[in-house]
Amino acid sequence: MDGLRAYRMITAMWIRSTMAYRASFVMTTIGNFAATALDFVAILLMFSRVDALGGYTLPQIAFLYGVSGVAFGLADLAIGSMDRLGRRVRDGTLDTLLVRPAPVLAQVAADRFGLRRLGRVVQGALVLGWALLTVDIDWTPLKVLLMPMMLLSGAVIFCAVFVGGAAFQFVAQDASEVQNAFTYGGTTLLQYPPTVFGRELVRGVTFVLPLAFVNWVPASHVLGQPYPLDLPEWAAFAPPLVAVACCALAGLAWRAGLRTYRSTGS
Amino acid sequence: MGTGRLYVAVAVGGFRRYATYRVATAAGVFTNTVFGLILVYTYIALWEERPHLGGYDQAQAVTYVWLGQALLSTLSIGGGGFEDELMERIRTGDVAVDLYRPADLQLWWLAADLGRALFQLLGRGVLPFAFGAVFFEVALPSDPVTWAACLFAVLLGMVVSFGLRYLVALSAFWLMDGAGVSQMAWLAAFFCSGMLLPLNVFPGLLGEVVRALPWSSLLQAPADVLLGQADPLGTFAFQAAWAVALLAAGRLVQSAATRRVVVQGG
Repeated sequence: MDGLRAYRMITAMWIRSTMAYRASFVMTTIGNFAATALDFVAILLMFSRVDALGGYTLPQIAFLYGVSGVAFGLADLAIGSMDRLGRRVRDGTLDTLLVRPAPVLAQVAADRFGLRRLGRVVQGALVLGWALLTVDIDWTPLKVLLMPMMLLSGAVIFCAVFVGGAAFQFVAQDASEVQNAFTYGGTTLLQYPPTVFGRELVRGVTFVLPLAFVNWVPASHVLGQPYPLDLPEWAAFAPPLVAVACCALAGLAWRAGLRTYRSTGS
Repeated sequence: MGTGRLYVAVAVGGFRRYATYRVATAAGVFTNTVFGLILVYTYIALWEERPHLGGYDQAQAVTYVWLGQALLSTLSIGGGGFEDELMERIRTGDVAVDLYRPADLQLWWLAADLGRALFQLLGRGVLPFAFGAVFFEVALPSDPVTWAACLFAVLLGMVVSFGLRYLVALSAFWLMDGAGVSQMAWLAAFFCSGMLLPLNVFPGLLGEVVRALPWSSLLQAPADVLLGQADPLGTFAFQAAWAVALLAAGRLVQSAATRRVVVQGG
């Protein structure tokens, strides 16, 4: 609870400071929107030349893209500045956070909170909206229920990846790009159907880093596509469990990372 | 002779400066490899659907992906070159000190950025490219002349990239906060350089327009030289023309900007 309060206060502070330069805020939000839209433009360009990719039609891929985009966008909005941790460890400014009477994780998560990241969420939501209007789905109550669950669990899974990546930076301070490979790389991966990728890669993002539960597995149920790796039917409903497990592991990693922290002394 | 040595020293400094970030370089190699993997599978799926799309066969398309990952940070297609630093110096007024130095501002930064680019090519480019060549079916030329021609096209691409980013950096003289312009610049670079998708896959008129723009010098030009899709001499001429035009534009803007410089006391 302490953490939540600290998180709210710090984010509110950053929002106020952002709003001091409104023109810049509008520009960077549009920029964020455009930057993520570029990925979708690539997909549209591909579909100007083909009718299907990996057995998925354009609306179906837009569905995958939208879910991945919204889930990742929410995580990025909430705690997307976690990749700055390495820099704080390097230059010693993490010490300031350690002496404050609030959980370090909450402070790091809220650090430089960027409201402009809403641009990414909006972009994902628009593509998802378009997908829902055009895609052919046999709606059942269960499938409707899966939608919000997918987005929320997905956001939580991505949050866990952010925290895990930050924990890794306690050890490898200069390696924020490794984190990008899993966060930005992860969301890019999920924008395409699992049928496109090599079996080993799909296995890796299902059982090792379970990104597949953000959209691939539950979306297979919604879209009526074959499950990746022939997973059982119920796997589509596993994302909340996977999300909780990811959070537990990320929390452990964070604690372990924080314990290894030695100040630079500068 | 004396001044030539100065700029060589600046370039060497730029090279060595980036060479000190060993962990960051390793992290970058990892990230480029991960993104290369994701892209290469989508390209394979695309070329399976439409063989010989854009005049490439599948091995050529795969080669194109890995070349793109090798050149991404070399040519600063996603930003991250000298421009952030120059903009910061303009914003804080430190640029006034630079202007008093007995060296040319544009040449100074060009030398520093070439040094950086050469390091990134060796440090971050070679390994992902080698990874791709080992694990995927690629189309590499066997004669050393083509390789040399490709390297020369990369070198010209470095100058064109610098010319573009120098203009971006100088915009800080008028705008102070260059974040928005930087973002627009890397979006344009991503879209128009062929980083998003090879430019010959772009449909119709759009493809012709992006091919005529300076950004096509960055990735598309060296790639087509390497893959034997373009006449090297014609490509060099195209790149050199843009390099000269952009450097001249940079000169013009620079002299307009420096007339505006007001050194704040204190």
